[in-house]
Amino acid sequence: MPFEALVAGCLAYVALMFGVAFAADRAAGRGKVRWLDHPVVYTLSLSVYCSAWTFYGAVGYASRSGLEFATIYLGPTIVFAGAWWGLRRLVRVARMHHVTSIADLISARFGKSNRLAGLVTLIVVVAATPYVALQLQSVSLSFEVFATDGLSDIRVAGMQGTALWVAAGLALFTIIFGTRNLAADERHHGVVTAIALEAVVKILAFLALGIFVVWGLADGPADMVDRIHRTATDPENRGWLLQPDRWTALILVSGAAVIALPRMFQVLVVEAADEDRLATAGWAFPAYLFAMSLFVLPIAVMGRDVLPADANPDLYVLTLPAQSGQNWLAFLVFLGGFSAATSMVVVCTIAVSTMISNHWLTPLWLTLRRRPQSGDPEDLRGFVLNARRLAILAMMAVSWTYYQASGGTAALASMGLVAFTGMAQVMPAMLGGLLWRGANRQGAYAGVGTGSLLWMLMIFLPSLGIDGLLPVPPEVDPLAFAILLSLAVNTLAFIALSIFGMPDPVERLQGLSFVSAVDPIRHSRVARGVDQAEPLLVMARRVWGAEDALRFFQTEAALQGKSGYLPDLTPGFLTRLERRLAGSIGSATAHAMIDSVAGGVKLTVSDLMQVADEAQRAKEETQRLENATAELARTARQLHEANDKLTALSVQKDAFLGQISHELRTPMTSVRAFSEILKNPTLTPEERSRFAGIIHDEAGRLTRLLDDLLDLSVLESGQARLSVMPVTLHDLIDRALTAASATRPERHFRVERDPLAEYVGIITDADRLLQVLINVISNARKYCDAEHPVLIIRVIRVLQGGAQIDIADNGSGIEPARQALIFEKFARLNDPARAGGAGLGLAICKEIMANLGGEITYLPGQGGAAFRVVLPRRPPVPSDAGWRHRA
Amino acid sequence: MPDILIIEDEPNIAHAVQFILSRDGWQVALHGDGLGGIEAIRGAKPRLVILDVMLPHRSGTEILAELRGDHDPSIAATPVLLLTARGQAHVPLADEVLAKPFANDDLRAVVRRMLV
Repeated sequence: MPFEALVAGCLAYVALMFGVAFAADRAAGRGKVRWLDHPVVYTLSLSVYCSAWTFYGAVGYASRSGLEFATIYLGPTIVFAGAWWGLRRLVRVARMHHVTSIADLISARFGKSNRLAGLVTLIVVVAATPYVALQLQSVSLSFEVFATDGLSDIRVAGMQGTALWVAAGLALFTIIFGTRNLAADERHHGVVTAIALEAVVKILAFLALGIFVVWGLADGPADMVDRIHRTATDPENRGWLLQPDRWTALILVSGAAVIALPRMFQVLVVEAADEDRLATAGWAFPAYLFAMSLFVLPIAVMGRDVLPADANPDLYVLTLPAQSGQNWLAFLVFLGGFSAATSMVVVCTIAVSTMISNHWLTPLWLTLRRRPQSGDPEDLRGFVLNARRLAILAMMAVSWTYYQASGGTAALASMGLVAFTGMAQVMPAMLGGLLWRGANRQGAYAGVGTGSLLWMLMIFLPSLGIDGLLPVPPEVDPLAFAILLSLAVNTLAFIALSIFGMPDPVERLQGLSFVSAVDPIRHSRVARGVDQAEPLLVMARRVWGAEDALRFFQTEAALQGKSGYLPDLTPGFLTRLERRLAGSIGSATAHAMIDSVAGGVKLTVSDLMQVADEAQRAKEETQRLENATAELARTARQLHEANDKLTALSVQKDAFLGQISHELRTPMTSVRAFSEILKNPTLTPEERSRFAGIIHDEAGRLTRLLDDLLDLSVLESGQARLSVMPVTLHDLIDRALTAASATRPERHFRVERDPLAEYVGIITDADRLLQVLINVISNARKYCDAEHPVLIIRVIRVLQGGAQIDIADNGSGIEPARQALIFEKFARLNDPARAGGAGLGLAICKEIMANLGGEITYLPGQGGAAFRVVLPRRPPVPSDAGWRHRA
Repeated sequence: MPDILIIEDEPNIAHAVQFILSRDGWQVALHGDGLGGIEAIRGAKPRLVILDVMLPHRSGTEILAELRGDHDPSIAATPVLLLTARGQAHVPLADEVLAKPFANDDLRAVVRRMLV
């Protein structure tokens, strides 16, 4: 391809980038940021990670060291796989504090220290300069590949200026699109859109080349795998596969770099509209990296196979298609590499110049001025913009000088690693600052300081050829050793001084805000658009309750002439909302809450102090309320239980009254029917006599029922008067047997007793106990269904002078399902053979025994029906009995 | 085949009803328990059933429900006079309800109305 065509194509491409950046900036200026803010654009802009080092250098790396190149992709992949946990948090905190760079982030976290920011900026500049130089070198080298391809010496001589022209052009682009304005959020839509487009060119070029290599040069994947296998098993290529120490160190470093490198922090954090786009980037960026790394090994192996041994492996991607006469493919690859280099340089320069201007030049200027506060804001604004432009030019100039001085000899890969390892030194302070409230400024100084010193001595200076400053154990890999040692010392120093040092109040507040400010609003998505009132409504509902919040919002919407409950976010509405919220939760908190939802200005330290103050007060108030609520809940539960009990009692009472009604109406029916029949004069005397008998019986039954009811009522109320006296159980049992024999007198019962055991003297109400015994024995006479009925009575003296009387028959007993019911009122067993009881007998027995301080229970499994009456030696005092019963 | 089947567990009430209605010339049969009540109806095929609600083992309303669901339509349609001691005036499925205690003339009038 003619060199002129290359230059022309290249210029056309640059012009396109300028055009895209310009259009995007204009669109953003008109507020059309919807597509510019798309997560795909964001993800593509992240691919600035793949600089010329990865585009050209990865193949060179693979050619020299085999699979190890993959570590550079694995680190970021791991970091992005965990994006939901780590990166989201980072982006949210950074957005909250309107962080403009990684130096700004670290300084903001550790008490807004400008000296710390200056130190981080120093590391950034030292690490980034060779890296930018590397990009210039790669562009220059790639031009050379075309230029030396049968071109004259004059043009080769002209090549010397390529890097200078490239540097100058990039400086121009960066100044135009990187310092157009001093936006509060430091976002650059034009630049981001341009590098997103470049990302597409990069990936297309690399994939096209990979496909050409695998299916054009090799005979498909099988042949390719075969070639790779041959190379990997060549004894010359020891270490082509896994080397655990280097892999660990490199994955660690590349994972750190994907966050901490100035350009990465710029696109990942500063240019992010919000943290939600990480949901897409979390999988899409690793996918991009995977696509970029897919053909690295095939290209490297093919380059070794078909190109001369002295060919530069860093340029395989260009020389392979060029040697095969694929000029258009070569040009595409060239554009890809050009894109990689330029996008990296532009973003990196923007980031570094921001840091230089914000943390070096502006503080210096403010210090040098006699009355720092006197100038109007525009004054400072103009200075900052100019400082940034100056920093861009300086950065570019230094990088170009570095490139010229280093002679462009160092392998691309090693220069990239220098920058990676350098930026990794800020990671302990950054991670610690985000996760650990106890981290403080002394720790950050110590960590970043010692780590970067070790990096200087063991990695940076050796990369310039100044070697042997620190001894390295002979049997270990020097790079892995340097990385792990510097990071370990860094982390230990950071932790140690954080533990022993004391943070100042601003640091404390910032620490609190960084570590925990994420939590309260983590779940509320910040909607940027017309429906922002909704999250505000959600928030207000939490403070006021649904009804009040809805009423307020509805009123506000009505004021704006809108129906529904989502008013526009006019300043007036926001002020009123904030004022009303302030009445509920305090002004600082209200301010912070509205800001967090509606998106507002940065919180000042005093704001934060107030927030912390009010948060504390609110917490105490909440605690108090919670206690009161728990108390109320307890009371409510007790009321509820009492209510349940009353309801159950009421149901029981209704059932009881229904039962009484039935029990009364039944005998009355007979009485009424037969008394009417008796009025009839035609009855025979026998009939009259029989019917009168029936009336007499039923009237008696009515009387007994009423007696029983009254008795039960007295016993249940605990007001039964007991006339206690000493008695012998033997006598009482005798009397009971005699009295009960009136029940079904036709039945003859054999009674088994042990009279000697029955001579137990106790003090009790003899009549009441007798009533119980008669009832139990009568029941046995009524219900025992044995052919030769037997009654067994056993008396046992029990502890503390009481007694126990078991009365059992030899009938079929009571079926288990009914045993629990027999002591209930009207639980008369449904037996047609019953003898006129109302079904209150055992209920009365139970009440009597309770009054006497004992109990009566059914004894299951005794063959027939069996009851146990337990008596104390003397009944408790009456008031006690009454109380116990009511309880 | 009796005109009336009385299902009532209280023997005195059952006899009173039987006595009153027999003197009006009705053929009256007795059954004293909920258990077997439905079989008694099927067997006797009375023109009228006088049914007590509170029966041992099986309540009158249960018997009534089963009766109304009988596969023989002539059995299922048997008129039923329900005797209740709970004072209800109306019970589903029953043709007439008489609350205990009742006046003998009321009983006779209801029966006559149902049978004639």
